[in-house]
Order: sequence, then C-alpha cells, then structure tokens
Amino acid sequence: MPRKRIDLDNYVESLSILDQDGHVDADLEPSIPDEDLRRLFKYMLLARRYDERMLRLQRQGRIGTYGPALGQEAASLGPAYVMREDDWFIPSFREPSAMLYRGWPIDKLILWWGGNEVGSTPPEGLRDLPICVPVASQVLSAAGIAWGCKLKKENTVAVAFVGDGGTSEGDFHEGLNCAATFHVPLILIVQNNQWAISLPRTKQTASKTLAQKAIAYGINGIQADGNDILAMIVAAREAIDKARNGGGPTLIEAVTYRLGVHTTADDPKKYRTAEEVEQWKPRDPLLRFWTYVKNKSVLDEKGREVLEEEIAAEITAAVERAEAYEPNVTEPFEHCFAEMPNHLLAQLAELRSYLGLSDAPEPTDKQSDTELSSNIETY
Amino acid sequence: MAQMTMVKALNLALREALGEDDTTMIIGQDVGQDEGVFRVTEGLLRDFGPDRVVDFPVAESAIAGMAVGLCFAGFKPICEMQFSGFGYHSFHQVESHASRFRNRTRSRLTCPMVIRMPYGGGIRAIEHHSESREAIWAHLPGLKLVIPSGPRNARALLRASIFDPDPVMFYEPKACYRAFKEEVPDSPETMPIGRANVVRSGSDVTIISYGASMRPVLEGADELDDEYNIDAEIIDLLSLVPMDSETIMQSVRKTGRCVVVHEAPRNCGPAAEIIARIVENSLMYLEAPIERVTGYDLVLPFFNNERPYLPDAQKVVTAARKVVDF
Repeated sequence: MPRKRIDLDNYVESLSILDQDGHVDADLEPSIPDEDLRRLFKYMLLARRYDERMLRLQRQGRIGTYGPALGQEAASLGPAYVMREDDWFIPSFREPSAMLYRGWPIDKLILWWGGNEVGSTPPEGLRDLPICVPVASQVLSAAGIAWGCKLKKENTVAVAFVGDGGTSEGDFHEGLNCAATFHVPLILIVQNNQWAISLPRTKQTASKTLAQKAIAYGINGIQADGNDILAMIVAAREAIDKARNGGGPTLIEAVTYRLGVHTTADDPKKYRTAEEVEQWKPRDPLLRFWTYVKNKSVLDEKGREVLEEEIAAEITAAVERAEAYEPNVTEPFEHCFAEMPNHLLAQLAELRSYLGLSDAPEPTDKQSDTELSSNIETY
Repeated sequence: MAQMTMVKALNLALREALGEDDTTMIIGQDVGQDEGVFRVTEGLLRDFGPDRVVDFPVAESAIAGMAVGLCFAGFKPICEMQFSGFGYHSFHQVESHASRFRNRTRSRLTCPMVIRMPYGGGIRAIEHHSESREAIWAHLPGLKLVIPSGPRNARALLRASIFDPDPVMFYEPKACYRAFKEEVPDSPETMPIGRANVVRSGSDVTIISYGASMRPVLEGADELDDEYNIDAEIIDLLSLVPMDSETIMQSVRKTGRCVVVHEAPRNCGPAAEIIARIVENSLMYLEAPIERVTGYDLVLPFFNNERPYLPDAQKVVTAARKVVDF
C-alpha cells in the first residue's frame, strides 16, 4: 500500500488588504461607513498618543513599569470594531486600543499601570476581563466564557488575545484543544509581535506560522497582516460570524511588530538590532491607515490637527483624574471573600491599628454563644 | 433518613444541587459515561444530560481555568480532579484566577466554583494517588478549603460549597469513601463552612483533626479511655479555610493539653497553623507543649510500605499520653 500524505480538513490562509503604502486590494476591501473609519482612526491615534504619554509618565515616576503597544494598535482595534457590545473581550496586556474602543476610561488604564486594582475593575455593562498578567492563562478563561455563551444559547462570542510567547504555554494548548473539542464560540487572536521579551519568534516554536497551530486542534487558522486594520477587521468578522452561527473557534495570527520595549524595565538593544526596528517602522499601522482615510476623504490634515488636540486634552484630563484618585487602603479585606471570615476581621483590626485608624467593629462570632466570644480575640 | 456511604452522600448532594439550580454543572474526567472512577457521579449524566455532566479531556488546568470562565458566564461549575495528586495541574489557574478574581475586580467578577478532589492514603493505590497536600491550597488567600470526615457532613458541606459565592477546594478523604455508613437525612441539609464539630466531649486533652485522620483519632480516644483513663475531647475541623478558632480555643482552654493529627507532611502543615493560633491566643492555658501526629516530611511511600507513615490510633495514643503525663 503506497504511503501518502494524510489530507487534513483544516487549513490556514493569509490575509492582507491594506499594504504599508496605503494601497488597497479592491476585491478584499471591506465596506466601512465613513463615520466608522473616522472613529477607528481616532481610537488608533488615541491609543498611540496614550502610549506615548504613558512612557513619559513612567519616566517621571508617576506610574510604574509600563508595557507599550507601540506599533500594534490595529491588531486588537480591528476585532474590537467588529465585536458586539454583549460579546466578551479577554485581553492579555497589549490591547489598549481595543480596550479604549470598548469603553474603558483612559484613567482606568492609567490607574492599572499606576498600581491600583480599580484599574482591573471592568466598567459596568462591559463584558470585558481586565488585563491579564500570567501569560496565556486568559486563554482558558476565554474558552470557559465561550463555553458558557454556547450553553446559554446567547449567540455571543468570546474574543481573546495572547502573544507569540504565550503560544508556548500549556494553557494556550489546553484552551485551544478544549475550545475546539467543545466547539465553542472562541476567537483567539495571537498578536505575533516577533518578540517575547528577548526571545525572537523563530526561537519560540519550530512551527512556520503560529496560525497553523489551529490545524493541530481541528480548526482553521488565518495569518493576517496585524498592522493592516482592514485585514484584521475582515479576519475578525469572518471568525466572529462563524462562531456566532455555531461554526466553532478560529485562531487568528496577527503579524505585527513590537516597535517599542517589552516594558520600560527592558533594554532591547541587548537582543535586537536598530536596523530591524527601522525596517518595521514603515509598516506602522497608523501610517497606512492615515493614508487610507485621507485617500477616502474621511479626514484631512486640518481634521487630524483638531483630532490631535482633542486627544491630547482627553489624555491630560484622564491623567488628572487618575492622579486625583485616593485608594481605600483597607479595601482588599472586603474583597477576599463575599463575607469576611473571623481571621480576616482580626487582621483588618491589626492593620487599622497599624495605620492609626479608629477601632473596627469587634469580630462577631456567629458560631458559638459561649462567654468566650465576648472576652477574647479569635482569628 | 437513610444509611449511606460517603460516596452515596456526595452523589446525593450533587443530585440535589443539579436538580435545584440550572446553573450548576459537573466537569471532570470520566464523570459522565463512566459515572466517576469512585462512582461519586453515578446516574447523574443519565438524569441531567451531557450539558450538565461533562466528560472532560485530560487537562486539569483547563478544567479549573474554564470553570473560571464559566463562572463569569453565569454558571456554578463543580469540578472534579480525579485524584488530588493530579490537582496540582490546576494550581496555576486556581492561584492566578479562581482565588483572585474577586479581589482583582473588587467583586465585579467572582468565582462561585468548587473543585472536588479525593485525597489521602491507606487504600493501597499507586504512586501519586495518595497525596495529602492540603496545606498548599490553605495558603492561598481567597480560596476556601473544606474537608469532610463522614457521609453526613460530606453531603451537607458539599451542598454548602456548591452554593458558596467563593471558590471552594473540597478535599474528600478517599479512605472514608466506602469505609462506613452513616444516617443521612432525606431532605437537603447544609452546614456553615468554617464551623468545627466537637465530636466527643472530654476534659483531659483536646485532639484536633480532620478528614481521614478522624477515624484513627476516634479509635485512639476509645483506647485512651479504656486503657489509660484519659478523657479526650475531639474536634473535627471540617474546614481549614476558614478555620474555627473559636471552638479550638474553647476546648484547649478547658483541657490545657492538645494533640493535632493529620496525614499531611509535618513541615508547614496545617498543624503548624493550628498550634501557632493556640499559642498566640491561649498560651497561658496550656499545661504542656502541643504534640503533632503527622505524616513525615517525605513523599508517602508506595502502598506496599505506606502504613507506618500514616497516623494511626497507636500514634495518637502515644502523643496524648505524652501531653497528659508532661
């Protein structure tokens, strides 16, 4: 019996619509209303300016270590545009353009990087998870949410993000495998920015593409130009529509580049060349989208100037609001469990004493009515 | 009331929860078609269907991690790790998310989920099937840890855990799964998590334990009484987080002497926490140092050689006599 290659049902495709010079593939160009293009451009620009401001704030010591998304604005903004309000959004940590588009106030993001849990509290009405630090762990949260959406028959989907580094984590594989096996409405978008801190993509995996990992799990993958917002919109739309109609999950690899540092605690000069970065600069998503919206007469130089001013003012106001925030130092005690157990009540009293605050109420003991509870502190 | 084993009592609690609350669901390996390797989920797939009782791929991190997502989507997942020794895979998801989301989002997103795991040795199981590492879970803020000891409290505590708004690690002493039967009420019963049970009242020494170690403790107490005229007060903790310090202190202040018993390794084990609390709270009531009867700081040997490594009545008696004779 002759040997033959096994034909697999699944495949990966590449998708590119708007190239770095602003030329559009007319056959693939999505039809997007002018006001949507204007809005999308505004958010892409906002994300860029926000990023730049955050780097300055970090240098000034006004926020902590910051991880910029410089050069990656389109990869998450495109999908966010396609999502419905009641769809679930699960970020890693380099999707500020999408988060802002979804409705996260700028000051909330500033507060997160400034070390405040209020920055992790999703705004009311948003089906969004907060920034996720443990790499790729969010893939499982997203797969579970998608499963829940399916069980509830809601026709909603879950769109999650992970980096190229994250595709090596076990949770990525378990999440994709289970999402595919349970056939749930998950769209997993890998932002392949070519670098996992200092490890280049080629040393992360032997796979030629990241999109092809989809095939291993019995689903399709698409490798889209992550700096092409039109390709990201089309790829996301197809995947979301498919999932929403019961077609199961899709893996999207957004090919992009981390133009900036991994975080401000990082020095890329130690592991990559300036030449490489220069090569990617012309592929900047903002540059080509600017060309596109100008060509479509959606926005002109004057309009952009106005936008820049508005954005600068918005960001400044957000910084002011964020810096005016006064955290409640003892608040974590109230959010460990739904009801504070005795040991935490006692520890809260300890902390309050240390802080010189007035006495907290005595731990109430609901378990025993002996005289003991009135005259000793229990934990 | 009916006489039943712990397995049957757990099954009853699951059946009741699935029947009462549409948002509950069971996920785990072999829980559906095979009815669970210990038969704890017997009949549940048949009666509630594959959307409520799910046979899950071999991926413990996914079980815990997807359960977190299911919580956000409005469900109350009851996860099973086939053995606590395989539960370590889920540690990352429990630590990073299940136990943290309430704090992280200031209660905007929470995780009302349960992870059930059979734990403990003494059943002649192969390597990794006899673990007793509850201290690892106890150390995670934001996670409750419940350890029943018999059929009746297993049913009541599992019910309480399922309907608790916070994540609960539910450690089931597998050595007790079928070892004995107990009267269990017909109608659903619950009990508060964090309340210990004084199983035997006594005046000479307080013996504190939980889970599978309750049986050697009770056996030891009988011997202490019969042979040595030592009247032991026995406390079954039933949960390590939250822990019922009130009941502990009340007893220790009465007897002045204490022995703490668990199968888990000694170093940084639950007994260390219990004794620290007693010392902080009731030092001047103690007539003797506190003795620990625990596993050794070793991996539990393969089953052919495990018996001397587990707490038994003889060890409990020796420790109790030591503190009484001090």
